[in-house]
Amino acid sequence: MESEIAQITQHTGGVIGNAWLMIAFPLVGAFILLVFNKLTDRWGHLLGVAMSLASFVVAVLAFFELIGFGASERRRAVELYEFIPNLDLKMGLLIDPLSISFALLITGVGSLIHIYSIGYMAHDEHRRRFFAYLNLFVSAMLLLVLADNYVGLFIGWEGVGLASYLLIGFWQFKPSAAVAAKKAFVVNRVGDFGLLVGMFVIWTTFGTLAFKDLYGKIGEAGASDGVMLAIGLLLLLGACGKSAQLPLQSWLLDAMEGPTPVSALIHAATMVTAGVYLVVRSGAFFFPEGSGAALAVTIVGAATLLAGAIIGCAKDDIKKGLAGSTMSQIGYMMLGAGLGPAGYAFAIGHLITHGFFKADLFLGAGSVMHGMNDEVNMRKYGGLRKFMPITFVTFFIGYLAIIGFPLLSGYFTKDGIIETAVHHAPVLGWLAVLGAGITGFYMSRMVFMTFFGQKRWADDAHPHESPAVMTVPLMVLSLGALGLGAWLVLGGTLYDFLIPSVGGSAAEAPKFNPFTTPGLVTLALVAVGAVFAWMRYGRAEVPAVQPRGSFLTTFARRDLYGDAINESLFMRPGQWLTRLAVFFDNRGIDGLVNGLAAGIGGSSGRLRRIQTGFARTYALSIFIGAALLTGALLLVGTI
Amino acid sequence: MNPAIDAPTIEYGTLAPLLIVFGAAIIGVLVEAFAPRYLRKSIHVPLTLLSLAGAFALVLVQVLRGQVSTAPSAMGALAVDGPSLFLWGVILVLSFVCVLLVNDEGHFVASAASVPGSADEEGAESVDNGSGHTEVYPLVLFAVGGMLLFPAANDLLMMFVALEVMSLPLYLLCGLARRRRLLSQEASMKYFLLGAFSSAFFLYGTAMVYGFAGTVSLSGINHALSAGSGLDPLLLIGLSMLGVGLLFKIGAAPFQAWKPDVYQGAPTPITALMASGTLVAAVGAVLRVFWVGLGNLDWDWRPVIWVIAALTMIVGSVLAITQTEIKRMLAYSSVAHAGFLLVGVMATFGTAEQNAVSLKAILFYLAVYGVTTVGAFAVVTLIRDPGGEAGHLSRWAGLGKRAPMLAGTFAFFLLAFAGIPLTSGFFGKYAVFAAAVSSGTQPGDPIGGWMVGLVVVGVIASAVAAFFYVRVIVLMFFSEPAADGPAIAVPSMGTVAVIAVSLLVTVGVGLYPESVLGIANDAASSLFIR
Repeated sequence: MESEIAQITQHTGGVIGNAWLMIAFPLVGAFILLVFNKLTDRWGHLLGVAMSLASFVVAVLAFFELIGFGASERRRAVELYEFIPNLDLKMGLLIDPLSISFALLITGVGSLIHIYSIGYMAHDEHRRRFFAYLNLFVSAMLLLVLADNYVGLFIGWEGVGLASYLLIGFWQFKPSAAVAAKKAFVVNRVGDFGLLVGMFVIWTTFGTLAFKDLYGKIGEAGASDGVMLAIGLLLLLGACGKSAQLPLQSWLLDAMEGPTPVSALIHAATMVTAGVYLVVRSGAFFFPEGSGAALAVTIVGAATLLAGAIIGCAKDDIKKGLAGSTMSQIGYMMLGAGLGPAGYAFAIGHLITHGFFKADLFLGAGSVMHGMNDEVNMRKYGGLRKFMPITFVTFFIGYLAIIGFPLLSGYFTKDGIIETAVHHAPVLGWLAVLGAGITGFYMSRMVFMTFFGQKRWADDAHPHESPAVMTVPLMVLSLGALGLGAWLVLGGTLYDFLIPSVGGSAAEAPKFNPFTTPGLVTLALVAVGAVFAWMRYGRAEVPAVQPRGSFLTTFARRDLYGDAINESLFMRPGQWLTRLAVFFDNRGIDGLVNGLAAGIGGSSGRLRRIQTGFARTYALSIFIGAALLTGALLLVGTI
Repeated sequence: MNPAIDAPTIEYGTLAPLLIVFGAAIIGVLVEAFAPRYLRKSIHVPLTLLSLAGAFALVLVQVLRGQVSTAPSAMGALAVDGPSLFLWGVILVLSFVCVLLVNDEGHFVASAASVPGSADEEGAESVDNGSGHTEVYPLVLFAVGGMLLFPAANDLLMMFVALEVMSLPLYLLCGLARRRRLLSQEASMKYFLLGAFSSAFFLYGTAMVYGFAGTVSLSGINHALSAGSGLDPLLLIGLSMLGVGLLFKIGAAPFQAWKPDVYQGAPTPITALMASGTLVAAVGAVLRVFWVGLGNLDWDWRPVIWVIAALTMIVGSVLAITQTEIKRMLAYSSVAHAGFLLVGVMATFGTAEQNAVSLKAILFYLAVYGVTTVGAFAVVTLIRDPGGEAGHLSRWAGLGKRAPMLAGTFAFFLLAFAGIPLTSGFFGKYAVFAAAVSSGTQPGDPIGGWMVGLVVVGVIASAVAAFFYVRVIVLMFFSEPAADGPAIAVPSMGTVAVIAVSLLVTVGVGLYPESVLGIANDAASSLFIR
């Protein structure tokens, strides 16, 4: 099956030859906005939007140029420059169906969120800085997906982490935001470390980090199974960090401290999908079908999709509820990505449709908050559908898409993952079915608590519809949530398109068939979940104060004790370790280092006295130096 | 009847960049003599900048047309080969940006003769009518002319002339600082005395070598060496004397003592010119003498240079730690960098390929270090106290909070000096050290192991050096600003341009080293004309 992966062709000229422009536009935007600072305050947001749109245009043109080639020639490598000549590290881009799919999603949804942010951040005095960071993020993310080697990918990876840190902590005057940003950064470092070590192992084993060269070298003997498994698991650790998968999930819920467009762009539609990208991109190398590494990917995915769904059930904060659902949905993608070529297309398809409906949901939530004085507690919403009709309709479409309502986007892609999973790994597959049922419950709960039922507003709330600059992106996104899935999945469009990148063969293209047992059970469970939610939160009165709840509810409210586990398992021992280390450091190592430093400093102080300031002393030192030099030369010369 | 004398052939086309700079300098002198005072500056500035830009353009023309000469020019007195042209280009660019700094108001005293603290000087400070020293411009041009001549000189006498043409204007320029006159005049005096002392060594060495070889031409000396035994004490003494003169100019230990005093006292734009242009020219001359003239004697000079290189790196890095004055600290940093460059000089041994690799590394290092240096000194000119620049490091505390852009830029320059990756400085150091290691590991080099040892010394010295660079960054960003902190001068367009260009080059080359490495490679592949 892997033989279907197309050769990578060198490419120059055309739009693809200039694909670096995609990365350069937003980078230049961020540069201008940050360097020219307050000078750009008045038009900075427009520049940010323009740069993102320019990038989108390049991506679209590159896409059309790419599909102009035959399927087997759709992997175009563009050489940019020698990065580190001595290490034979070239910087280049790889434009292929996989990367262009991501590029279109990033720039397309990214641009919509840029536009939305004009309205959302209108009253923020640091709006320009916000757009600078958004641009920085888009640029880094594009580098991540377009680079033709792991080094470029890693630079983008880190750039994305940086932008995410800056954006979560954008309102750094709030201590909670600053803490959340730090947490995201630290947790991500753990994952980054895995990726980095994984890259080291790849380098020492294969002597290259370029995708193109790896294809040739993977087949050759030389790497033991253990090494391959180690690389796979290290890369998976990296993916877990960036994609908020178990056990590195804890940062995502806190990341909601950032402005809502950030949650939409980064923590739903794009950045968190980087892990899925990493797994799919490395799939042919380190996650071959049936390998231990691939199994680990599916287990992580299945566990996370359940955990995220359970957390989503208990949250009263609308954004945190959505964050739980993001975890869960990415769990689906991971599950799909671990299933080999058959799953890749659905994983990527779900990633794309999720990019749309989750951005739609988040921006909808942002729109609700915008009208409700930034209230996020759903217990203080209720009955909002009459006051925010556009937001309601678009949110509702997103909601139907995410629960997998037949014929909407999520239905096709999620069902595809479930079918494939049940086929390849039945236990995990049925867990995914269960997850879909829980999704039906918690998403319905969110919709009923927000838009239906009694008004439970704060006294000073005056809900109103958001301006057009915010609602238009919502409408565009909800169109994607409506029809994109059908277009991608029916007839195997995406599957065929991705074959040159990820393998598989046209003959084996999975046919979409909703009338299978798992498909029907899924639908039934979703319906049960939705009805249950209606009974609890639609029809019945929702208490304005959170009830105590059962043991299970508390479990979910506390994010499955993820933070508690981290604290007791890593933080406290870590603190003890640091204390111990500090103790030894002070006594032992510092003694040595300080001694050395003091020695150097002391000798510096002593040597300094030679510098008397008298020209005669200097002349004498020159004279002595000359004498020594002559003496030494005569000595060496006569030996 | 006198016998007919053949007119010397001069390759005017090849030498045009030199001639333009010297010609403009002479016109500058005429302007000083005849133009009215109020007009002078407006004539000097375009004249100076245009001549430097023109000379650079002519260098470019030679390179782009592929007309790099392969034979000595001007009756064998000069060698305008690939490395020379590269160094010329670098010197011209650096001096161009330094002139932009010179052009900024307030660096130069109205009259060099004004006694420190006198009413005359007070007057000069109070009158801000552009009455600054306009002789500065022709003096700078003469110095730049000397710098161009220095690495291109193909015989020892021409090199001596170049040394003096370069140094004499600099001695004078050092004494022209508008503030802290006493310090400035002291620097000028010291530089002059010690410079004269070392020049005498150079001239004496020339005489000794002439005594051995019967010629002052570098290729002639090389020829005589390959013919003779090479163990003549006359030759060895001459070699050491030449070495003293040259090593003094690059500030290698133990001949570094002048550097901190002079760098501190001189007007900062002139310090920038000395720290960048002079160093480039002097390293070029060192390469030419040791490689073209004394290449066959490398058994003798390499062990000695080994010791000097190690000593220079250690002295520069260690002494910089206890400096409390920013310009002095940068001076010692310059000493340390001279040591790193000497590591590269050591590696010019063996096959032609190895030589080209080492030469490329040195040329690259010079170019990127020069640019970063000018940028750093340009920032120094902007941080001011009432009595002039705020030199003391304690005055820089908390600068990151008061002027984040400026402090960030300076921090970046410091990181480049320290050789942190993704700055140009990293690739400079990497290239030089890699060349040294590859030279040390090639078969047949008896001191190969020592080469690797020298690189180890270099790496340790870099680590020590990183300490004092980072210390300044910590001071700028993690200390509370002083209540009566220094004023941050509003930079002129010229200074902004200098800082911006330096930053762009430092970042750009750090991200894309091949841009400059490629040019250095082309320049180095033709090697010096032997």
